[in-house]
Amino acid sequence: MMSLGPYAPFIVTSYVAAAVVVVLLIGWIVLDHRNQTERLRELERSGISRRSGRSATGTP
Amino acid sequence: MSLIDLANPTRFLALSARVLPWLAAATAILFAIGLYLSALAPDDYQQGATVKIMFIHVPNAWLSMFVWGVMSIASLGTLVWRHPLADVAAKAAAPIGAAFTFLALLTGSLWGRPMWGTYWEWDARLTSVLILFLMYLGLMALWRAVEDPSRAARAAAVLTLVGALNLPIIKFSVDWWNTLHQPASVMRMGGSTLDKSFLIPLLVMAVAFTLLFVTLHLAAMRNEILRRRVRSLQMMQASRVAFSGDVSTGSRQENASTGAA
Repeated sequence: MMSLGPYAPFIVTSYVAAAVVVVLLIGWIVLDHRNQTERLRELERSGISRRSGRSATGTP
Repeated sequence: MSLIDLANPTRFLALSARVLPWLAAATAILFAIGLYLSALAPDDYQQGATVKIMFIHVPNAWLSMFVWGVMSIASLGTLVWRHPLADVAAKAAAPIGAAFTFLALLTGSLWGRPMWGTYWEWDARLTSVLILFLMYLGLMALWRAVEDPSRAARAAAVLTLVGALNLPIIKFSVDWWNTLHQPASVMRMGGSTLDKSFLIPLLVMAVAFTLLFVTLHLAAMRNEILRRRVRSLQMMQASRVAFSGDVSTGSRQENASTGAA
């Protein structure tokens, strides 16, 4: 078992904070992608499409 | 596929969709190795186990400056070459850079309390990094405040390039002024002063965080391209509605005048 000594709260808080910020960042980017993709699909369903005629989401 | 091809947002979307899963997997593997090596690293003879904070503090501090460097190059792309993806790259990088800078400040503060006896000191290194964090927030606010992306891009590019002057100040602050912060111990003339037992986990964690940035940046750029497509389609929709409104108003007026005659 790894011993962190008397300063364990500082070390653990640092690692937990880093994990929380990274997870929040990933979650925000994933949710934003879902949100933008859904808005594009709604616009395409309502008959609005790009002049190039390709799907605006850029995915097959 | 050449770099010129990537200037096309549709090709960029296709490439990012292929590359992102591999990048995410490589990042996860490197983090697993880095965290394992960090846990195995011995205690420092002076700092004890708090040296483990270094394995996340230093990569985040490096990345806080690296991301601004990436944004500065992208800003040149916006102002000089008007590259179609340049301001997309700069805008997408800002929140990620802000998060890394916040982590550098927070973990540095948590490391400082047991080692220096204080969470914060207004010395040159800490203050210049705090200014970098505030500049990230300012840039994000600027992008949100200006509705037209091309106008926002030019203003943000100028601000980014001016803000890049802070990077050498951060880097050399520990040499130019007396600070609580230690001088450079990894990237310095004459090689690293760190023992291999600390250097190897630190470098693995640094590569892992850098790969995390590349992965998140590509994903955020993809989101920004989609957001701009949504915006242009919404503008098309609004102009169609306005045009059909004009046509129906015009035909009503025509009917009214025909009826009157």
